[in-house]
Amino acid sequence: MSKTTQAPKALRGVGNFIDDRFHLAKTGEKNLRKVFPNHWSFMLGEIALYSFIILLITGVFLTLWFKPSMGEIIYDGSYDRLRGVPMSEAYASTLYITFEVRGGLLVRQIHHWAALIFVASLVVHALRVFFTGAFRKPREINWLIGVAIFVLAMLEGLFGYSLPDDLPSGMGVRILQGVMMALPLIGPYISMFLFGGEFPGEDIITRLYMLHVLAIPALLLGLIVAHFMILWHQKHTQYPGRGRTDKTVVGTPMFPAFAVKAGGFFFFTFAVIAVLSAFVQINPIHLFGPFTPTSITSGLQPDWYMGFMEGSLRIFPNWFDIAPFGYAIPTAVLVPGLVVPGLVFGGMAAWPFIEQWITGDKRAHNVADRPRNAPVRTGVGAAGVTFYGVLWLAGSNDILSETFSVELYVTTYIFRVLAIVGPVLAFVIAKRICLGLQRRDRETLEHGYESGTIQQLPSGEFIEVHKHNSEETVHVLESKPTIASTALADDADVDDKGVENPKARKGTGKLRRALAHWYTKDNVPIDGVEAHSGHHLHHSAPEGEKEAAH
Amino acid sequence: MTENNTNDNNEAGGPAPERVVGTPKAGERVVSEAGTSAAPESGHEGPYKASETHGRPEETQRRGEKLASLWFVLAFLGGIGFLASYFVFGPEAIAEPQIAQYSNMLLGGTLTLSLFGIGAGMTVWARQVMPHYEVASPYDELPSSEQEKGSFGAFFMRGADESGFTKRPLMRRTLILAMLPLGLAPIVLLRDTGPLPGNKLKNTVWEPGLRMYVEGTHRAVRAEDFENDPNAMISALPAIDDEHHPHGISLDEMAKSVILLIKIPEGDWEERMKEEVEGTDGVTRLNWTHNGIIAYSKICTHVGCPAALYESTTHRILCPCHQSTFDAANAAEVVFGPAHRPLPQLPISVDDEGYLIATGDFTAPPGPTFWDYAKD
Repeated sequence: MSKTTQAPKALRGVGNFIDDRFHLAKTGEKNLRKVFPNHWSFMLGEIALYSFIILLITGVFLTLWFKPSMGEIIYDGSYDRLRGVPMSEAYASTLYITFEVRGGLLVRQIHHWAALIFVASLVVHALRVFFTGAFRKPREINWLIGVAIFVLAMLEGLFGYSLPDDLPSGMGVRILQGVMMALPLIGPYISMFLFGGEFPGEDIITRLYMLHVLAIPALLLGLIVAHFMILWHQKHTQYPGRGRTDKTVVGTPMFPAFAVKAGGFFFFTFAVIAVLSAFVQINPIHLFGPFTPTSITSGLQPDWYMGFMEGSLRIFPNWFDIAPFGYAIPTAVLVPGLVVPGLVFGGMAAWPFIEQWITGDKRAHNVADRPRNAPVRTGVGAAGVTFYGVLWLAGSNDILSETFSVELYVTTYIFRVLAIVGPVLAFVIAKRICLGLQRRDRETLEHGYESGTIQQLPSGEFIEVHKHNSEETVHVLESKPTIASTALADDADVDDKGVENPKARKGTGKLRRALAHWYTKDNVPIDGVEAHSGHHLHHSAPEGEKEAAH
Repeated sequence: MTENNTNDNNEAGGPAPERVVGTPKAGERVVSEAGTSAAPESGHEGPYKASETHGRPEETQRRGEKLASLWFVLAFLGGIGFLASYFVFGPEAIAEPQIAQYSNMLLGGTLTLSLFGIGAGMTVWARQVMPHYEVASPYDELPSSEQEKGSFGAFFMRGADESGFTKRPLMRRTLILAMLPLGLAPIVLLRDTGPLPGNKLKNTVWEPGLRMYVEGTHRAVRAEDFENDPNAMISALPAIDDEHHPHGISLDEMAKSVILLIKIPEGDWEERMKEEVEGTDGVTRLNWTHNGIIAYSKICTHVGCPAALYESTTHRILCPCHQSTFDAANAAEVVFGPAHRPLPQLPISVDDEGYLIATGDFTAPPGPTFWDYAKD
C-alpha cells in the first residue's frame, strides 16, 4: 500500500486544470466513493451495457463498407458460388465484408453475437429487477426506461437483421410488411409510405439503415445514459443482509475496486462474444443467397428475440377474423402483431403501478425482496415468463415437429393450449414453491439448520442435530417483510367519523379490495417466531454442540 | 444475497457464513486487526475506514501480482497474435469460404485470448491484490423537505405570474396556436415518402394472353410440361423481359405476380371449384383451369411469405412461415393456420402454340390481406 497522500505533480496539474474549469473536486470524490452492492445478479445489466458498447464499435466498422442500397446488380465479387447472380448492392457489400475485408467476417459475427447477447442479458436483467421488486418506488421511472430500451433493442435488432438483404432477412421484412398491411384503414398507407411504394420497393434498406445506425441507436444511447444516471443518482438496490437497510447501502466502492472489477468484466464479456464469433457461425448470409420475394426455405428461424412474435403469428387461429361490410379485419395477424407485444411490454410497464395500487405501498424501497417473500408477484412473473416462453417455442414448431416426429398441426394445437394453460399453471406452481420456501425459512429461523449429524439418544431414538444459523442468515430470514395492503386495513373504507368512503362501494374499490386480498392472502408469517427457539435445538443438541454454534 | 439462508455445513458449524462470491475468505483479516499495534483508525492509511477494508495477506497479494501479470503477458501475446493473424491470410485468400473460416478462427481466437487475458488479470488484481471492501454509505433521502418544495413552488408560481403567461390568456393562446401548424409540418413533410395505395395493390401485370416463365428461367411453360407428372407443381412468373431488371421484371411485380401451377387429377376437384363465381355469368373456377392445371398466387394471404410447399397427395399448399394451409383442389380454401382468405386464382388457358397463358388478372388482390382488398 502506497504511503503517498499527495498526487504526483502531473496528475495534480491535470486535476487542477479540470477543477479550475468545472469545480469538480467534491463531486468527483463523492462519485469515486460511490458504493455498489455485491451480487452476481447485478452483473446482468453490466453485460447488456458492455454488449451495447461492443455493438457501437463494431457497427461503426461495418458501415465503412456496407452499402445500404437496393440497386440490383449482377454479382462479380470474389465469392465464386454467387458470381453472376442478380442481387442488391446491400447483399453484395455484405459479401464483400465477408470475403474481401480481412476481419470483416469476424466483426460481422461479433456484431451479430453481441446483438443476441445484448437483448438476452437485457431480458434476464429485467427479470432480476422484476422478481426482486427492484422496480418499486423510487425506481419506477427507471423501470419504464428499461422497458423502452427492451422494445427499441428488439426493433434495432430486427432492422439490423434486415439490412444484408439475404433470403431470411428479406422474409423478416416481408412479414413485418404483411403485419402492417393488416391494420384496418391505415395499413396499406403505412406500408406504402414506409417502403416508398409496394413491397419490396427500392427504399426500404436505405430507410432501415438510417433507423438502424442513426435514429434508434441515438435513442438507445440516450435512454441507456438516462438509465445509468438515474441508477447512479438513486443508488443500487441491495439484497437483505447485516447492515443493509433502506437507509444504508453496503458494497464495493467505485474507486478503486469496482472500477477494476467492472473493467475486467467488460473484457470478459467481450472475450465471450469474441470466442463465439470465432468458432460458432452466425447468420451465414453467403449460404442463404440473396432475397427474392418469390423464394423461401423451410425451417426459417428469426433471431431469438423475435421468436415470440413469430410464435404468436403461427399459433393464433383465424377463427376470430371478421369482415364487417366486406372490410377485412384479420385478427389472426392483428392480435399477434399488436395485442401480444402490447401485453408483454404494456404488462411490464404497468406492473409497478398496478402493484402499488393493489398494496397502497407508497414507501421507498432500497432493499430488494427475495422472490419467495412476494409470492403473488413471483407467480405473475413466472406466468409472464411462461407465456413468453410458450410463444417463443411455438416460433419453432416446425423444427420441433420434425425433431420429435409430432405432426405439425398437432404442435400448433398443443401450443394454443399451452399458451393459455401454461401461465396459469406457472402462477400456481411458482406461488406454491414460494410459500414452501417461506415455510422452510420459518422453520430454519426457529429451529436452526439440519446439520446432517445423526445422533442416537439414550432412549434409542435417532435424531438429526440442528445447529444455530449464522447471524447473517438470521438477519436475512428476519428481514422478511409482511405483505399488506392499505385496501384491507380495518379503517380503509371509513373515514375518522365512521362514515363509509363512497369510493369503497364503487367497482374500482371492490376490485382493489379483491386484488388486495388475492395479493396478500397467502403468507407464512414469522411474527412471534424467535430465532432458535424451536425444540430441535433445545431438546436435541448436546451442550457442546450448542456452544460451538455460537 | 438470496442464498444467504443456506446454512453453513462446514465442520466447525461456526459463525462464518457460507462464502458468497465476492466476499472474503475466512482466512482474510480485517486490516485493523492485522497486526499493527497502533489504534485501528490512526494506523490505517486506506481511503476507506479500516473496519470496511479487508486487506489480503501479503502472501496472497504477491501471488496475485504474479498471476495477474501472467494473464497480462498472455493477453499481450494474444494481441500480437491478433495483429499478426491479420497478415497471415490476404484478402485474396479469404475469398475461399474455407480459408475465410480459418482466418476468422485465427483472428477471433487471438482476440479472445487478448481480451480474456486482460479481463482475467484485472479480476485477479481486484480479488487478490486489492483489499475487499465492505463500505457502508447512506442512501440519499430523495424527497426534498417541505420547506424546499414550498419555496420552489412559490418561486415558480411568482415567476410564472410575473411573466404574464398565466395572467394574459390572449397571448398564451395565440402562442399555442402559432405552434400548432409547426407540429403538423413533419407529418406533411413525410407525405412524399411513398405513393398512395390507390389500385396498385389490387392489380398485377397479368393480362390476357401473357405467357409464363418457369421461375428463375426464361423458359415459357407449356401445357404438355405437365403430361408426364399427374401431380406436378411449377412456380412461374409472367413472361416479360424488361432489360431494366436482372430478373426480367421488377421485384415489386415478382412479389405480386408469382404463381403456382398445379396439376390436379380429374376426379379430385372439390365443391368450391364447381360453384358459380360471384359476379360472373355462370363461370366456375374450373373454367379457369386448363386440362387439370390450375394457377394460384404463390404469396400467402396471411403476411406474404411464398407458400411454396405442396403436398401432391392431399393437394395441400403450405406456407412454411406460419403454416397456413390451402386446399389446391378446392379453390385454395384455408384448411389450417392463420390466413384470412384463399389464395387468389389466376384464370389460365393455352394459346395456339401450346403455351400456358393468363386470361386475365387474379380473382382477388394477391399478398397479405388488407382491409379493403375485397372492394373495387
